[in-house]
Amino acid sequence: MENLLALISENLQLIYVLVLAVFVGVEVISKVPQVLHTPLMSGSNALSGVVIIGSILVMGKTDADNYLALALGFLAVVLATLNVVGGFAVTDRMLDMFRKKKK
Amino acid sequence: MLSQLIDISYLVAVVLFVLGIKYMGHPDSARKGNLMAAGGMALAVLATFFTPGLNNIGLSIAGIAIGSVVGWLMSNRIKMTDMPQMVSFFNGMGGAAAALIAIAEVYGIYHGSDIGMATLMLNPNSTFYFYFAALLVSLVVGGVSFTGSIIAMGKLQGFVSGKSVRWPMQKLTNNGLLVVIAALSVLFFFLGEGNEMVIYIILALSLLFGVLFVMPIGGADMPVVISLLNSFTGLTAATTGLLFDNKVMLMGGVLVGSAGFLLTVLMCKAMNRSLTAVLLGAFNSGTGAASDREIDTTYREINLSDASILLAYARKVVIIPGYGLAVAQAQHVVHELEKLLEAKGVEVKYGIHPVAGRMPGHMNVLLAESDVSYDKLIEMEKINDEFPQTDVVVVIGANDVVNPAAELDPASPIYGMPILQADRAQNIIVIKRSMSAGYAGIENELFYNPKTRMLFGDAKSALSSLVEAVKAL
Repeated sequence: MENLLALISENLQLIYVLVLAVFVGVEVISKVPQVLHTPLMSGSNALSGVVIIGSILVMGKTDADNYLALALGFLAVVLATLNVVGGFAVTDRMLDMFRKKKK
Repeated sequence: MLSQLIDISYLVAVVLFVLGIKYMGHPDSARKGNLMAAGGMALAVLATFFTPGLNNIGLSIAGIAIGSVVGWLMSNRIKMTDMPQMVSFFNGMGGAAAALIAIAEVYGIYHGSDIGMATLMLNPNSTFYFYFAALLVSLVVGGVSFTGSIIAMGKLQGFVSGKSVRWPMQKLTNNGLLVVIAALSVLFFFLGEGNEMVIYIILALSLLFGVLFVMPIGGADMPVVISLLNSFTGLTAATTGLLFDNKVMLMGGVLVGSAGFLLTVLMCKAMNRSLTAVLLGAFNSGTGAASDREIDTTYREINLSDASILLAYARKVVIIPGYGLAVAQAQHVVHELEKLLEAKGVEVKYGIHPVAGRMPGHMNVLLAESDVSYDKLIEMEKINDEFPQTDVVVVIGANDVVNPAAELDPASPIYGMPILQADRAQNIIVIKRSMSAGYAGIENELFYNPKTRMLFGDAKSALSSLVEAVKAL
């Protein structure tokens, strides 16, 4: 319990930021027309690939001879990149169609 | 200096993420929004490579190259009808990456040269608890998101049964499994230095839970599940951000987590179902209660020439496209029919149900692909007022979204779902392969309405024949 309270007071700034970020996420999406729900879902899916940063960082602190950890990290980099690149590309393809037919 | 530059790049990236999502909310700026978000991501990745003391940069770049090529090819080859599966797959990969990062961390702690964490474990303080709590969340939620997304993808693609798969004491096993995972997570903190093995068991159980969690949910609810799992992956990105004290992952993850969750709720609203009902797989359980409404099950067929005359001499026609149209790849033919009828002076519109297709807004994407004009796609609330003045409604491969039982029969499992009130039009033509029930597995009395005529056949071939028949008039 003491640990928990210490944790909260040590990270108060962080907690504020997190709470505000939740509101931003909700606000930004609440006015979206239904037509765009699918592209939006796809786009935010691509954004969740931001774990790619974590995969680079975990690779970055692994010793060059720790082969198993390297393999895990490498796989993480590949999969996270799939999420990011595939996600943005497929969203762009969808949105491109909306743009075309507006002409 | 360098580390400040990295921090500033991260800040810019987060701003680009927020603006990107915001711009994606308007049809005109949506594409720009997506590109902004992608730009933010590229900036964040680039900045990360300048982190002081970063090892194995070559390997990381190789991994990014492989992932980029594969991801690019996959996203360009996928058919737009199969898009929901693709999103689910990509999401699963994100979840898997988060879980892998957590395992790599664990392995590094127990077998690596970094002694900092090992000493910390002997004298656990708040940092230690904070760190492992974040790690366990990444591991559990990432694992669930991975296997859950793959099963969701399988249900849409058809390699996993799209039905609600149940087993004895299903709720008990699922909830029990969650309790075990939670208990093991708590146990971990009491095991002195923590126990590496416990972490691997937690991972295995989480992967199993992902499967068991999605199996009982029917295929029709997969969009909701995918959206929810997407917000899960966002959460793991945030906890991974905590692990590395990395703001861009933290903020990006929280954004996606909250936005994804709201989107999930919005989707449920469109179907007038509660999230709990979806997650408990309650869709099909209601069918057991037999409806006491008697339906006269005689139906009337229409032949091609009658159908073409009916359409060509109508003043106003509303087309209601459903998933059947998308599966048959009939978007282009339907657009051809629309142009033909317009040339004959018929007013043609499309009535789009919020969940037509397999995801909210999916049908708009599919019709946009075949150049159907944006202003012809009318949302449900607006088109419902126009049905009484509509001469002919053409229902193509749609079923549950036009089922009057949703408004009339309280015993029906879809009761309360808003529908397109096609039964208020003067004439109804239903193009359908057979009289079989829809995705929700329930009879549709619209098909037995005296105003309804059935035109049997695959959406694409039936429409092509119809186009020929109209041309021949």
